[in-house]
Amino acid sequence: MKAIIDISSLKKDYYVGEVTVHALRGVDLKINQGEFVAIMGASGSGKSTMLNIIGCLDRPTEGTYILDGVNVAGMSRNERAAIRNLKIGFVFQSYNLLSRTSALENVELPLMYNSAVKTKERRERAVAALEAVGLADRMGHMPNQLSGGQQQRVAIARSLVNDPVVILADEATGNLDSRTSYEIMSLFQDLNSKGKTIVFVTHEPDIARCMTRSIVFRDGHIIREEEIINRIVAGEVLEALPVEED
Amino acid sequence: MNIGNLLKVALNALKRNKMRSLLTMLGIIIGVASVITMLAIGQGSKKSIQDQIASMGSNMLFVMPSGMRTGGVQQGSASSQSLTVNDVSAIKMECDAVIAVSPEVRSSGQAVYGNSNWPTTIYGGNEDYLEIKSWTVVSGRNLTDSEAKGSAKVCLIGRTVADELFGEGIDPTGETIRFKNIPFKIIGVLEQKGQNSFGQDQDDVLIAPYTTVQKRILAQNHIQSIQMSARSAEESAPAMGQVEEVLRRTHKLRENEDNDFQIRSQEELSTTMTSVTDILTILLGAIAGISLLVGGIGIMNIMYVSVTERTREIGLRMSLGGKSMDILLQFLIESIMLSVFGGIVGIMLGFAASQIVEALTSWPISVMWSSAILAFVVCTVIGIFFGWYPARRAAELDPIDALRYE
Repeated sequence: MKAIIDISSLKKDYYVGEVTVHALRGVDLKINQGEFVAIMGASGSGKSTMLNIIGCLDRPTEGTYILDGVNVAGMSRNERAAIRNLKIGFVFQSYNLLSRTSALENVELPLMYNSAVKTKERRERAVAALEAVGLADRMGHMPNQLSGGQQQRVAIARSLVNDPVVILADEATGNLDSRTSYEIMSLFQDLNSKGKTIVFVTHEPDIARCMTRSIVFRDGHIIREEEIINRIVAGEVLEALPVEED
Repeated sequence: MNIGNLLKVALNALKRNKMRSLLTMLGIIIGVASVITMLAIGQGSKKSIQDQIASMGSNMLFVMPSGMRTGGVQQGSASSQSLTVNDVSAIKMECDAVIAVSPEVRSSGQAVYGNSNWPTTIYGGNEDYLEIKSWTVVSGRNLTDSEAKGSAKVCLIGRTVADELFGEGIDPTGETIRFKNIPFKIIGVLEQKGQNSFGQDQDDVLIAPYTTVQKRILAQNHIQSIQMSARSAEESAPAMGQVEEVLRRTHKLRENEDNDFQIRSQEELSTTMTSVTDILTILLGAIAGISLLVGGIGIMNIMYVSVTERTREIGLRMSLGGKSMDILLQFLIESIMLSVFGGIVGIMLGFAASQIVEALTSWPISVMWSSAILAFVVCTVIGIFFGWYPARRAAELDPIDALRYE
């Protein structure tokens, strides 16, 4: 199995005034292709820092980070931007869609920063990504014309459009009700079954049980790492949930 | 990101905030429009003065007697009798930068035809006088050399005098009028010139041979002034030098003596007159320029607010692979677009406003293309200058902080 993410003895210190905060105190982590990993932990445990470093938004103070065979630990700001553009898809808790911009244009956005992709190809790939998340009939809609779940689907389509090696989701179901959460998880499981590697930060144990492995952080260390045995199939949960009449 | 995508992104961002973009542009629009209109007004008045001065003659120079001292008493220049027809001949012979020269004598009096009469001025000159003064004959003919030298009782009539004595638009060529009881046969009618820049009616004239005015009307031997044309505008200055040299010799002035005459050129007159309108143009332009500057500050303000308001968008764009330079260029292009679109609309509005001012006030307006180009360049510079700081601020944001920004 090919390792997409290979992190060893990773440390991250922040300097707040004269105080040094050790956010990560030596983390070893390997994530293989096709895994669906839950990163859990209380706030202040280092999980957000971990996600920022995995997402190449931040650089570690010490240690190595090999992403898809490339050592990204020492890269400059611009090099990391290029890596994010090509290898990483982000899904955020608050969707982060551009307002007054159609779903299709929102999905096209990552490809705008890739000059190798021409206008026609960009449009085709965005359409394909929206179809993959089941929003083929909502392409021209503005974010404010879409429900929370639909907006998150647009965001997932946006994370897929550059065909990344890993999708990073930061509490992607945090703003959604449980029914919509399982719909989104079902979509993630679907993408995972097609081979996408996904790293998913959450603090909901039920959501974490939809994945293949869970990693728990505390005080800058990984304190527990386990395969999930009784994996929840989100689609089945969805069928069992009572349909609410509004 | 390539430039096409950058333009598209910037344009989309402006479209998302149509009202705000429009209001921001308004500052630039008004600024540019006022610069163009003000410069058009200033330039128009300058041009009209230049035209009027040009209508006085072509590359004209003239010599007037200057005041003399007689026994320590300063005399008025009108009493001076220093200029003579001999001076005119000497200039004609010796000054090669002068192509035409004529004496000028004048007298005021009543022109009479039948039972009509009209107060006017008769100017005496030679056959070159019309050319020097940029007069053309619309009907009839010019004076001849023999008429000029032989005190012939003929004259050319200005449109105003003709209208007053004979009636509107009537061609009086061949008729005879009396001026100071001397009969003058009208040999031609002068083309209408209108008022000069001092408000004088230039058509209220009679032109007759200088000998006639000198001998039959004034009974004098001296002349009041010498009128000349330089070969070209450039030769105006050398011509003045040559004329001075000749006149100092014919007037037998010693080294240490002051000139008893003064030479003036149309160039000088034009420069003096237009320097006033130049100041006017600068003043109007400066006021309008300030409004353009205020418009630019408006852009900076909006861009600044926009960067703060769109911090999360900037964070998102960075997380999706936007480099610092992409973000910088996006905001810079937005600001340049605002100012350049504003500039284009402002240029059109300025042209329209100039036309309206011209129609309403009948001021002379002259819209300069150069001011439109200048305004356009200034707008682009304003866009870059006032957009730079907010854009750099956006580009230097930390993607993690920006994404988390509430």
